[in-house]
Amino acid sequence: MMPIPPTWCVYLGTGLFTIGVIGVLTRRNVIIILMSIELILNAVNINLVAFSRYFGEVDGQIFAIFVITDAAAEAAVGLGLLIALFRNKETVNADEIDLLKW
Amino acid sequence: MALSSDTLFLLGVAVVKVVVVLLVLLTAIAYIVWLERKLVAHIQSRWGPYRVGPYGLMQPMADGLKFLFKEDIVPLEVDRFVYWLAPFLSFTLAMLTFAVIPFGGSFKLFGHEIYLQIADLNVGLLYIFAVTSLGVYSIALAGWSSNSKYPLFGGLRSSAQMISYELSLGLAVVGTLMISGSLSLRDIVNSQTGTWHLAGTNTFLPHWNIFVQPVGFIVYFIAAIAETNRIPFDLPEGETELVGGYHTEYSSFKFAMFFMAEYANMVTVSCIATLLFFGGWHGPVFGPAWLHVLLPVFWFALKVFCFLFFYIWTRGTLPRFRYDQLMAFGWKFLLPVALLNILATSFVVAWIGT
Amino acid sequence: MVPVFYIFAALTIIAALSVILQRTPVYSALSLIVVLCSLAVLYVSLGAKFLAVIQVIVYAGAIMVLFVLVIMLLNAGRERHTEGSRLARWLGVPLLAAFLVEILSVIWNGLSSGAVAPPAPDAGPAAVGALLFRHYVLPFEVTSILILVAILGAVVLAKKQL
Repeated sequence: MMPIPPTWCVYLGTGLFTIGVIGVLTRRNVIIILMSIELILNAVNINLVAFSRYFGEVDGQIFAIFVITDAAAEAAVGLGLLIALFRNKETVNADEIDLLKW
Repeated sequence: MALSSDTLFLLGVAVVKVVVVLLVLLTAIAYIVWLERKLVAHIQSRWGPYRVGPYGLMQPMADGLKFLFKEDIVPLEVDRFVYWLAPFLSFTLAMLTFAVIPFGGSFKLFGHEIYLQIADLNVGLLYIFAVTSLGVYSIALAGWSSNSKYPLFGGLRSSAQMISYELSLGLAVVGTLMISGSLSLRDIVNSQTGTWHLAGTNTFLPHWNIFVQPVGFIVYFIAAIAETNRIPFDLPEGETELVGGYHTEYSSFKFAMFFMAEYANMVTVSCIATLLFFGGWHGPVFGPAWLHVLLPVFWFALKVFCFLFFYIWTRGTLPRFRYDQLMAFGWKFLLPVALLNILATSFVVAWIGT
Repeated sequence: MVPVFYIFAALTIIAALSVILQRTPVYSALSLIVVLCSLAVLYVSLGAKFLAVIQVIVYAGAIMVLFVLVIMLLNAGRERHTEGSRLARWLGVPLLAAFLVEILSVIWNGLSSGAVAPPAPDAGPAAVGALLFRHYVLPFEVTSILILVAILGAVVLAKKQL
């Protein structure tokens, strides 16, 4: 069985990361911005797993598990913020969230 | 790449296993529906289906034909793609779980050891949890895509309910996992072979996990009823408040798919309860060699049937929870109990040593 | 394994593009679920079975359900296209291209693709668990504090009145 070349995993990670960054920068909907952040985190994960395979150690996967945990915490707080925001301003558009105080 | 005859043989066996499991499962689902109607009817002093065939035994066929030939109504303004996707997702995910469920021991055929299981994963139990955790989407998306208020309520309720009870469901089985020391369902069942020995004497009690994990089992089974959206936790489709919940706008075969998925999920959780707590296919085995292969399958089916019976019994007996009661019960009672069970089990396991 | 990898890598990229191109949030969320599941398949092809299952259970089964729930709750419709800044429009694409070229050149120079990989590590639940609870026990405990803070944060934020 031929192993998967690690370069391809890193290319995939790069692609995913770039798409995530584009999403964060160009989209206006806060939910989709949060989802793009998830894409970026997953780009990190694929690299960690690829190098874990490449070096023959499980440690990379442990870090991937930590990243997933972090993503869960981030999603909980992010969506909590979003709901609090929606309750006050009735919008999920990042452009309209431009006041420091109201 | 040339395939050797061995590989072809094993491939053929795998295909046969998949086909047999699917056929048996679909037939079983059809007859669980019949059983449910009959049992609930008798609980309520009615006859239930009795016209089609003796004891209404042909009723499932009639129901199936009715579902097939009914007009498929798609309401205006639904989100077409998601509206189609949801029932298919629901049905497929319900079927996928059976890929790792072992329903018997093994036998030799032409020099190959053949296991009565489609695939033995070393993360088998987690695989089942992964697949069932995706099942939430089918309900949530069905509710959302119907573009109607009652399905939306049903979808929202069910996603909140299923996330909440999935925690208890996952934590309840941790105790058994600590005792068996494996996530492979076959290993878990094999760790329950034989009988309990107490202070050196044989107690004749089977070596099942239920005797050391009663709390885990009760929490598991309550959470499982909630996960499958059955009474008393059937708020996502509570017909007296939400018309039909998430599948209000579905008709014909798409509705039948939701229906079959619900019953398939019931069979899945009953299978897991049997495998984790009631020794899987273990039971008295005697007689000639072919009986040694078939009897375990029979014991397994019997145990699963008992759970299904219990499910229907509950349905015929209990009223529905209120939504806040459901949430309070899940978070404030089941979850702490499951956590305490893990704590106690881990102390005992550490005390005795592995 | 290699064809599986290529198929699902392509699927991942297509679905990821769909996440940021869809105008309806639910479709974005669905695409992201496809990304997560196909990444799980990639993890299996890289020998990380346990992580793949965790990915599906935690990411696709719990985090994304929260997203879908919030989308349904807020009933967020199609996004209106707002006017972006002109500077961003002119500078964005060249900067993005430069960024990509830089990363790809670093990978191209820094990683030799022909290197012989060692045998796949045993990444079953037992191996991962032993490493997580022995060698990485301090980070693990710190993560639990992170989760606690996140729970508190979510409760405080979602409360109507403090």
